[in-house]
Amino acid sequence: MPKLKTIEELRKLREEAQRDLKVRLETGTKIIVGMGTCGIAAGARETMHAILEELKKREIEAHVTTVGCIGMCVREPLVDIEQAGKPRVTYGNVMPDMVPRLIEEHLIKGHIVEEWVVGRLPTTE
Amino acid sequence: MRELSLHILDVLENAIEAGATRIELSIEEDLEKDILRIVIHDNGHGMSEDFARRVLDPFVTTRTTRHVGLGLPLFAAAAERCNGKLRIQSKPRMGTTVTATFQHSHIDRAPLGDLATTLMAVILSERPVDVHYKHNVDARAFELDTAEIRRELGTVPLSHPRVRKWLESVLAEGLANLQRPMP
Repeated sequence: MPKLKTIEELRKLREEAQRDLKVRLETGTKIIVGMGTCGIAAGARETMHAILEELKKREIEAHVTTVGCIGMCVREPLVDIEQAGKPRVTYGNVMPDMVPRLIEEHLIKGHIVEEWVVGRLPTTE
Repeated sequence: MRELSLHILDVLENAIEAGATRIELSIEEDLEKDILRIVIHDNGHGMSEDFARRVLDPFVTTRTTRHVGLGLPLFAAAAERCNGKLRIQSKPRMGTTVTATFQHSHIDRAPLGDLATTLMAVILSERPVDVHYKHNVDARAFELDTAEIRRELGTVPLSHPRVRKWLESVLAEGLANLQRPMP
């Protein structure tokens, strides 16, 4: 990659991103995808790809992170959605074709898709 | 697995599980010599010599959730099917190096596949880990080091939506350039 252009782009990006960082970390949405061997074999990378594409398409700015195996391998791909002030919800067997509905229902309308839920954790606050 | 980039992701995730803070991924495609070489080196806690020898056995794993570990045996089988092999070098506290070679043109060689998403899955890892990715196709080269990027970003994390979008575009462009025929 052309180095100078890259560094310039990054500095600009840093300035823009820093402005909304605090707000985002406190009120933002976090999506967590399981990426252990079990998750990868079940298609978690494709599920993550579908999530990134859907967020891009709908212009939703959410944090996406990956984690290792949590021991619920049979329900992989596992996707957790965490929003400030709400319980963290774990969805199981999330295939790429389920992602648009998940994003639409949970992130946009604020409804939990009950039939795909495999667990939930109380709010962190 | 259908793509070599899925095996690579699996090894990268192993490295993260082993506490690595820096991973070097090098992919060399030498079309003249007809060799594809994938080298993954991490600075994680490593394995004892004995464990490193046995790790290709599917019934050996560090997992506590169950008693089989299929990641490395599957990767080794993929390499051996294509006149290649998989080598593991490791020492406690010295990290691990996994080297896989393939006959590039072998009919059974799976495609590298979606390397960009494999790298994003690691870059977005909840545990802070840096990836230094180097990829050569004959004389063409692409390189990306998240440590350098992190330095420029200061407190802004790599998983910030805007940074993520930028990383995705840099990877897409870099990988596309590697596949472009030489002028």
